[in-house]
Amino acid sequence: MKVLVTVAEVATVDDEFEIDGTEIAGRYLGADLNEWDDYAVEEAVQLQEADIADEVVTVTIGPEEAEQTIRQALAKGADRAIRVWDDAFEGVDLLDVRAKAEILRAVVEAEDPDLILTGVQTGDDSWMATGVSLAESIDFQWAAVVNHLEHDFDDGVAAVRRELEGGVEELTEVELPAVLTIQTGINEPRYASLRGIRQAQRKELEAKSLDDVGLDDGVVEGSLELTAMYEPEAESEARVWEGSAEETAGELAELLREKGVTA
Amino acid sequence: MTDVLAIADHRDGELRDVSFELATAGRALADETGGDVHLAVISGPVDDFADGLALDGVDVVHTVEYGDEFNHDVYVQAISQLYETIEPQYVLVPNSVNGLDYAPAVAARLDLPIVTDVVDLDVDGETLIATREMYGGKVETTTELDAGTALATIREGEWPAAEGAGESSIDAFDAEIDEAAIGSTVTGFEEVAGGDVDISEADLLVSIGRGIEEEENLDLIRDLADALDATLSSSRPIVDAGWLPANRQVGQSGKVVTPEVYIAIGISGAVQHVAGMKGADTIVAINTDPNAPIMDIADYAIHDDLFDVVPALIEQFS
Ligand SMILES: Cc1cc2nc3c(=O)[nH]c(=O)nc-3n(C[C@H](O)[C@H](O)[C@H](O)COP(=O)(O)OP(=O)(O)OC[C@H]3O[C@@H](n4cnc5c(N)ncnc54)[C@H](O)[C@@H]3O)c2cc1C
Repeated sequence: MKVLVTVAEVATVDDEFEIDGTEIAGRYLGADLNEWDDYAVEEAVQLQEADIADEVVTVTIGPEEAEQTIRQALAKGADRAIRVWDDAFEGVDLLDVRAKAEILRAVVEAEDPDLILTGVQTGDDSWMATGVSLAESIDFQWAAVVNHLEHDFDDGVAAVRRELEGGVEELTEVELPAVLTIQTGINEPRYASLRGIRQAQRKELEAKSLDDVGLDDGVVEGSLELTAMYEPEAESEARVWEGSAEETAGELAELLREKGVTA
Repeated sequence: MTDVLAIADHRDGELRDVSFELATAGRALADETGGDVHLAVISGPVDDFADGLALDGVDVVHTVEYGDEFNHDVYVQAISQLYETIEPQYVLVPNSVNGLDYAPAVAARLDLPIVTDVVDLDVDGETLIATREMYGGKVETTTELDAGTALATIREGEWPAAEGAGESSIDAFDAEIDEAAIGSTVTGFEEVAGGDVDISEADLLVSIGRGIEEEENLDLIRDLADALDATLSSSRPIVDAGWLPANRQVGQSGKVVTPEVYIAIGISGAVQHVAGMKGADTIVAINTDPNAPIMDIADYAIHDDLFDVVPALIEQFS
């Protein structure tokens, strides 16, 4: 079985930051592998180690700088990577779900995987919609918010657990080929070993333009536009205790004693 | 093309609260477009549900009778057919786990743009203006959709629940479900997070998040819980890492807690966490980041390193 994993590089924000137009100013931003995709990569690599997956391929929509993050996924055990980017993406500050699904669809058609794993969401723009949208557009089955996957795929079926609200899990059987959006906690993502990191340097990382995947520039023109970004106004006025740790701890202790904590 | 179609959420024979919030959000939107509010409920005891959904401000309740439980293939087919029949301008879906399991597919099938996890909505002519958060709640954004029609998933708890019986008409919608196109089957449900301690019963919770960094540092928090005679709970990453059992997780997918005092230590206050603890009487946040979203709901805050504050607090009680 061939497993395709979507891997996104997400922006991380420093504690203190400034907003510049509809973006956070670049000097306050870092980059990391999307937390949810880390679990998706791990699940795929475990399928490979169990001799169920023959090949694990990652796909990323992202600029060349994202390659350091893609190499992290390769270092954890993915076999090769595809990265799609194009000049047409420059200046697009919000790539909508349709555009992402369309680009991924083009890659799926070329790769023909049996199983696609995506993260439930990305940590920066948190659309939570790309995986299921992709499934519909490639006519795959799907399940969203999966926190357990049986590894035997009896009769071409993936037995999964979906994590609903309030500590309830749904047991579902999904026919393959399928897209599963992976929730954190499904496994314990590994750290890349030194050997893995060295090997990752030699693994294939193929950069493709929109043209290479058979799409034209128009795909990035969604009907969505980010028009403002601001820090949310604090809804409640928390009383902030200032001072040394001893002083603030003292204030909190006093509050707790008022509330009857005597221990 | 001015109507709003909203889809109710239910589980285990009960409507979920967000269904009533959708009625409010739908009404507010329809007041701007000048259309009607259609609320649809699919699968389960739909006739009973319809009575509960005939709310003030809802023009029509559509019932789609099909099976007992949620199945996304049934939802996608039923909603697509409702859409073709009603031809609404906007479709509203809860940003719940099930909503996220069908809304993107409905949007893809109907070729509608989708905007998710919306906390506020407005309309300006043909433009839908959606407010949503980014970076785990650190910033808020406005996104404009210039498409005429769109699908939006709304965050639970952001609109007040509609109440009061309305004059809604009830329409049994005859969806044609193609069984051959159903590719997944729900085989059961399981409650997780049982066990020795019930954090939802506790009066004083000491709750820890990713700020703790390493498993061995948890001992410090255990010492604090001992010193205060408090119950220990946590945000999700601590449970994901296997450092605490699932019954200690506070939040949307964990437990809802209502203690007198909730001390959130090294927890950012992501919406899914806040969903579980916002009902606490008094919330105290200890966090190095003064802009962490938890500060918005905290009553008291310490903007400092937990590794300094927690030992000092333990000292106070020993
Ligand atoms: C479908 C879904 C369901 C979810 N359900 C839940 C749920 O039920 N419960 C839940 O909690 N989450 C849930 N999540 C995850 C949620 O989105 C967040 O990822 C999670 O709550 C973050 O946990 P955290 O606050 O501990 O970590 P982070 O967001 O990483 O925050 C850590 C905080 O610690 C602070 N910090 C770091 N070091 C220190 C220090 N030395 N001293 C003081 N402060 C420090 C940082 O400033 C930061 O604010 C869910 C997500 C999804 C998508």
